[in-house]
Amino acid sequence: MSPPLDDAVHSAASSVPLDAIDVSNPQIYQDDTWYPYFARLRREDPVHYVRDSRYGPYWAVTKYKDIMQVEVNHQVYSSSNELGGIQIEDQPKDMDRPSFIRMDPPKHDEQRKAVSPVVAPANLANMEGVIRERTIHVLESLPRGETFDWVDRVSIELTTMMLATLFDYPWDDRRQLTYWSDVVICNVNASDSPVHSEEERFAEIIKMAEAMAKLFNERARMPPKFDLLSMLAHDPATQNMPVREFMGTLGLLIVGGNDTTRNTMTGSIMALNEYPAEYQKLREDPSLIPGMVSEVIRYVTPVIHMRRTAKEDTELGGKTIKKGDKVVIWYVSGNRDPDAIEEPDRLIIDRARPRQHLSFGFGIHRCVGNRLAELQLRILWEELLPRFPMIEVMGPPNRLYSNFIHGIRSLPVRIPA
Amino acid sequence: MPKITYIEYGGREHQVEVPSGLSVMRGAVDNNIPGIDADCGGECACATCHVYVDEVWLGTTGTPADGSQEASMLSFAALAQPNSRLSCQITVTEALEGLIVRMPEGQH
Repeated sequence: MSPPLDDAVHSAASSVPLDAIDVSNPQIYQDDTWYPYFARLRREDPVHYVRDSRYGPYWAVTKYKDIMQVEVNHQVYSSSNELGGIQIEDQPKDMDRPSFIRMDPPKHDEQRKAVSPVVAPANLANMEGVIRERTIHVLESLPRGETFDWVDRVSIELTTMMLATLFDYPWDDRRQLTYWSDVVICNVNASDSPVHSEEERFAEIIKMAEAMAKLFNERARMPPKFDLLSMLAHDPATQNMPVREFMGTLGLLIVGGNDTTRNTMTGSIMALNEYPAEYQKLREDPSLIPGMVSEVIRYVTPVIHMRRTAKEDTELGGKTIKKGDKVVIWYVSGNRDPDAIEEPDRLIIDRARPRQHLSFGFGIHRCVGNRLAELQLRILWEELLPRFPMIEVMGPPNRLYSNFIHGIRSLPVRIPA
Repeated sequence: MPKITYIEYGGREHQVEVPSGLSVMRGAVDNNIPGIDADCGGECACATCHVYVDEVWLGTTGTPADGSQEASMLSFAALAQPNSRLSCQITVTEALEGLIVRMPEGQH
């Protein structure tokens, strides 16, 4: 979101020497002070070399068109786990967890295709009814006239139900999925993280893998059905994964399957509260919901960055990238690039071409669940508007300490009595 | 200006004139024809302008080369068929006067 920032933040961002700008500090995302740093980089040094950061040297790619160029050129910009994967922070080598998002073709392609049918258009049409029913149920149970946490009561509840369905996971244990999702993405240095070291994280993910392996083995013995575990168990590309690849793949599907949508559900409430005139426009014309959903996905940008590693010397935005360099594409910045998106810092729910944003990524790693995410958000708002014309934000959000997931841990809201 | 016929998944037909030089995707988007999302705006970086080219036109439009970016993106599209193309990669020319394309059940 872009509330008026402290003058101090703006002046810090404009007075710091360009060389010293390092956008990898998770604190600027938790404090929501990242905007002016990226605005300056886009203007003065769009492909910016950071010589020294806690994650080592890296390139910060900040303009929409340069990010797109990296996205479509997977031959040069690799996602391979062996080269460091897709986050600015490498996983420790002895505990790394490959998955298809951390692979290049051809193995990436084979594994992605094992799971993508679950979110294909025909299956989405099948799921729409059950998503709507659950959404209605969750909304009908919300209290009126008292402050409650939107994240826990709505965003987590709905996306965790979705995840349990996608995995056909035991229903009453579904919040385990939320917990593991948080374990996978958390920054272990944050005081409120569920785990506080890479060893502890690894140990928790092993527990997840054990629970999932039980279900996976059962489904391998049963005829194929349309859930993620059964699909993994029956596809030759994924049925014999080594244990760390199994851990990585489940982590990917769990995080991708809930966390991003969770944060966008929360972000949509915040964004519309920030722009009351847009909220009013939506109330008056619910046919704007699909466009609003795309716009909110852009505005929130639930994944902050992706990382690639250059496999050969190349050129980007006039800079020479060397083989082996870490190249970080900042979706939060590309989505606010005025050369690609008009008035990018404003939420405009009926803007032209709302689907043209970077939040799902582009190229072969583009978010496989993008249409399911949009469907869940659309249904949420279709059911929300006629019931509650106003969801009122009662205080500041508690944001996640992370430079990767743009997370909101809690948000106090109230439905006027 | 070449006339192109876009047929929605439900069967609704739209016949529009599209200037030579534009892409078949652009012709749909500029005329507000539903069923082509074109999320990436024509960069061949998603697969949400997926169409089925009418068989008789396939010789004229051609098919994506093996190993091309278009072939790679199409391989991830749900419901791809041998006559699938990304419409952002078909440039309209006079030779395409009368082209017919059909849309899949959804763009993904």
